[in-house]
Amino acid sequence: MSMTGGAGRGLRRVILGATTAWLLAFTLLPMLIVVAVSLSEPRLGAPPFTPLFEWGAGFWPIFNGHITSYVTIASDSLYVAAFVSSLRIAATSAFITLLIAYPMAYAIARASARARFALLMLVILPFWTSFLIRTYAWTGLLNTNGPINNTLINLGVVSEPLTLLHTEFAVHLGIVYSYLPFMVLPIYAVLERMDWSLIEAAQDLGSRPYRAFVRVTLPLSLPGVFAGWLLVFIPALGEFIIPDLLGGPDTLMLGRVLWTEFFNNRDWPLASALAVVLLMTVLLSALLLVKALQRREAA
Amino acid sequence: MSGRRSVALLSALAFGYAFLYLPIVILIVYSFNDSRLVTVWSHASLRWYAALLENQQMLDAAWLSLRIAAVSATVSVALGTGAAFALQRLKPFFAQRGYEALALMPLIVPEVLIGLAMLLLFVVLGDTIGWPERGATTIALAHASFGMAYATVVIRARLTQLDPALDEAAAILGATPWRTFRRVTLPLLAPAIAAGWLLSFTLSLDDVVVASFVTGPGATTLPIVVFSSVRLGVSPQINALATVIVVLVAVLILTATLMTRPGQRDGRRA
Repeated sequence: MSMTGGAGRGLRRVILGATTAWLLAFTLLPMLIVVAVSLSEPRLGAPPFTPLFEWGAGFWPIFNGHITSYVTIASDSLYVAAFVSSLRIAATSAFITLLIAYPMAYAIARASARARFALLMLVILPFWTSFLIRTYAWTGLLNTNGPINNTLINLGVVSEPLTLLHTEFAVHLGIVYSYLPFMVLPIYAVLERMDWSLIEAAQDLGSRPYRAFVRVTLPLSLPGVFAGWLLVFIPALGEFIIPDLLGGPDTLMLGRVLWTEFFNNRDWPLASALAVVLLMTVLLSALLLVKALQRREAA
Repeated sequence: MSGRRSVALLSALAFGYAFLYLPIVILIVYSFNDSRLVTVWSHASLRWYAALLENQQMLDAAWLSLRIAAVSATVSVALGTGAAFALQRLKPFFAQRGYEALALMPLIVPEVLIGLAMLLLFVVLGDTIGWPERGATTIALAHASFGMAYATVVIRARLTQLDPALDEAAAILGATPWRTFRRVTLPLLAPAIAAGWLLSFTLSLDDVVVASFVTGPGATTLPIVVFSSVRLGVSPQINALATVIVVLVAVLILTATLMTRPGQRDGRRA
């Protein structure tokens, strides 16, 4: 390749040097600082955390790390509950998203080539419009005297307006709504590449459509389902805006608790420790799902 | 496909698209509602759009957001193009896997974590070297940092489709690497670079979480204004603003997609 040989060396050095320096300074270093601050203790002043190393009487600086923040997270029921409900809400939301997205992806994959482009475009378009605004739209819709409650009352379904906003239900709804495109696209990508003659073969051999779907289509589309699951579950875990705008005061999620610790309680070490826990959870989920995906593909 | 099944599929589609679009449509309709009570319809008017035009705080915030988004998107694609090349054509200095992990990390790291990490970096930097001052600069740097990851993915995807033989041909014909890059590779990458820029720009323009962490006194972006307003409840002015944003973005994206569509058809991989 031209860029790796001869006179290309200079250009190669510039590109690699600049991007590597940027990644080290603005991606790796910040993460390391978060870990360092999570081991310090809160104090009044600027910055509001104790230094990790202190020059004492001895020759070497003293390592002044504490695991106080992690102990607090592990022992205080608030943080444990936030951790558990983050996992639970992200998992159930991803599952509901799957239930809505799969039939959509299936229908798009079976549509004519011309319709497909427009249908896909319509799935992607909301992704480009502001996430904040799309979440905000639901605060109006779910209001006690908002359009949904008004419709339900006018239809005689309910007599009293339902409390929809500031509930865990609203958080699920917000996640499903915001991340639906992330589930549709990977499932569609797999279904589109599928060999539909397999289904026809199964049906020719006397398999009922339902059985052909469960035994042939579904297993073949599982990589797409896993990928979609990953793309919904992982961002939902650390979601802040959705639980903050749509959730109730008792809807605890890690992202929201971290925000409160940082902005309201000004406990930077605890916020950092929560960030480390959140990062580990996200990385572990990503790793597990990628492994599952690879095993599927290998099989 | 049997008749009953196509009916089921059609209703799945109809439900899905209604779910995706009804909330936005209702929001747009209510932005033309004259009543101050956002849930009660009185009559159609452009009152809230007029109020929006007179809201100096909102206009200033919008202008600042546009500038930050333009700067960070430009830095993002410059770095993203470099990282895409590094991953696809060059061998990074150190562990290829490590470089890739770092480059793509912001894609899965939650926003609250990016925000906190960037803020802590800026606090430490500010204490040690006195730079950067927290405000528009730190927001742009933080946005460029996560925008780079998205730009890298988009540009790299295109780069994998390009034939390295084109570069080799240019080199054999005597073009210098820089000239090859500028005259051969860059034009072929242009659609992906444009898409990466647009993606970074949109993400920056929409970000409230990271900006809230790293901002300083005086630097209030549009999402920060919108967020603090909607936290207090539904407001008709925000409905009007949301409508403007949604319509602008829809027109922009549709135009961009329709313009690049013929090329997409040619360059598509099987």
